[in-house]
Amino acid sequence: MSAISSRRKPPRVGDAPWVRRSLIGFVLIIGAFLVVAPLLVIAVEAFSQGLKAYAATINHPDTRHAIMLTVITALIAVPINTLFGVAAAWAITKFDFWGKRFLLVIVEIPFSISPIVAGVAYLFVYGLQGLFGPLLDAYEIKILFALPGIVIASMFVTAPFVARELIPLMQAQGRDLEEAATSLGASGWRTFFSVTLPNIKWALLYGVVLCNARVMGEFGAVSIVSGNIRGQTNTLPLHIELLYHDYQAAGAFASASILAALAVITIIAKVALERRGAGRGRKKLSAANAVATETIS
Amino acid sequence: MKIRLQNVVKTFDTFRAVRDVSLDIESGELLALLGPSGSGKTTILRMVAGLEYTDGGQIYFGETDATNIPVRDRGVGFVFQHYALFPHMTLNENIAFGLKVSRVKRNRAEIDARVQELLRLVRLEGLGDRFPAQISGGQRQRVALARALSVDPKVLLLDEPFGALDANVRRDLRRWLREIHDELGITTIFVTHDQEEALDLADRVVILNQGEIVQQGTPKEVCRQPNSAFVMTFLGDTNKVSGIAKNGKVYVGNTEVQFAYGQADGPVEIYARPADLEWEDLHDGIPAQVTRVLDRAGERRVIATTREGDLLEFDVPPESSVEAGDNGHVVIRRAKIFPAAARA
Repeated sequence: MSAISSRRKPPRVGDAPWVRRSLIGFVLIIGAFLVVAPLLVIAVEAFSQGLKAYAATINHPDTRHAIMLTVITALIAVPINTLFGVAAAWAITKFDFWGKRFLLVIVEIPFSISPIVAGVAYLFVYGLQGLFGPLLDAYEIKILFALPGIVIASMFVTAPFVARELIPLMQAQGRDLEEAATSLGASGWRTFFSVTLPNIKWALLYGVVLCNARVMGEFGAVSIVSGNIRGQTNTLPLHIELLYHDYQAAGAFASASILAALAVITIIAKVALERRGAGRGRKKLSAANAVATETIS
Repeated sequence: MKIRLQNVVKTFDTFRAVRDVSLDIESGELLALLGPSGSGKTTILRMVAGLEYTDGGQIYFGETDATNIPVRDRGVGFVFQHYALFPHMTLNENIAFGLKVSRVKRNRAEIDARVQELLRLVRLEGLGDRFPAQISGGQRQRVALARALSVDPKVLLLDEPFGALDANVRRDLRRWLREIHDELGITTIFVTHDQEEALDLADRVVILNQGEIVQQGTPKEVCRQPNSAFVMTFLGDTNKVSGIAKNGKVYVGNTEVQFAYGQADGPVEIYARPADLEWEDLHDGIPAQVTRVLDRAGERRVIATTREGDLLEFDVPPESSVEAGDNGHVVIRRAKIFPAAARA
């Protein structure tokens, strides 16, 4: 709305100039202090002792190990959680069964629970004094303070990410498409890959991107179950904390910059994916309007 | 192919959607399942398709018991109310889908030829490269039909095929569907809650209420001999007048209505179409007062109240000068009379 017309017409509800200005100003200031400033600090501090020092920190064996461990964790946790998310969304949206709402709640629990609670819980289940601890110990299976524990904790925290993206979409899409495909003779797999997947792929990718970002950045749950062993069970976030406590500020910031860069890439991917999805919809809509007047020739 | 439903039952949780329905559909017939929402008509259609399993009873395709054949192998063409076209595929790809996934292997040329043939059939030649979102609702419905026909189904099932379209497109598509049916001769069942659509299109109409068949017959049979007050009121605008049967004669208030009524004495309900009522100033009929007059394109619709408080609706010619407040008489020319207790 231009300035002139806004002066002439009475403002819409909630569109008074002072409301608009103060709201936008408030959000901008808070955003700058809370989000932008820390990111800038990370970037500046990471390179405060020059590129060489930055490269040396990244190249330190412990840092490299932390990066590797984080990537491996993501490589295991994200695909499994993607499968889990698709399966859960499929089950919840396409089938009717007893306990469906309950399953929905279960899937969402990790969202509302503090990750550290999950970490402690795993300690009680798999720890030496825990439920399965003695059994696992007898067979010399190490879950806690090792990769399996880190992966399990990361998976717990990120379990809902993919499902949460898919459920509303798949609910809106209903079952008609799958029913149509099946009535035309398609098998279950064929229906999934030719009909369901193409219609959920952007939401799915978005869910995977978010899931990955969270897996790589997870701190609380992992810090409990990993045992924080430097060069062995330290993921990148844990490594950053260690460096910080060792008064290696530059190192901490350098490592943090990797995570921050990952976050920025995630956001860019997210925006790109959203554009992709929305753009298709808009193009289709205008095209549909153009021919909507056509009827039987 | 002849379809036979034998004592079919379906229950959702505690809701009995379909209760003991038996129905024969002749080969090549165009049959309408007509009923209000919740009457079980869509459930019956989905059970014939195999999209729902029956909780009891059998469904035969010809001599084969198809009750437990999964939808994938049942060989039906199903047209969904909201088309259910695959949005990420072109019209060509949509129509070719059934041919591609079929267990019968076809080569590309065969599939392309069949797709073009079907596009011609539904009069959408040249639009094959468009996406569903780029065509109108009526066109989408025709693509859905072409896609359903692509697999040479034994039976064609349509769920409220014109429900989401506007009135003009509906009427055109209806006639067109009839033509296609006559051309292909495929057994077709469609579901509708629109009595006009059912009567317009079908060879035979099956009227359902609360999961049961109330009446079935040709459009002529169900229109001329409705077997219940429900069918009478469901098929079109209906006036209802309470009366009393005495010695084979029917009275409204003190006025005798000129119909033979063969059943027992007692309170009755007289059902008459607006066209079966006539407004007379002098002639003795049922005394009534005009409450409102609604002017319409072709006639004037009069709403009158009888002394007993029944509302009557009927039409008078455009040149009539009836106005609200006028007193006169309503003569019932034609009516169906049912015992009052029969009205559920």
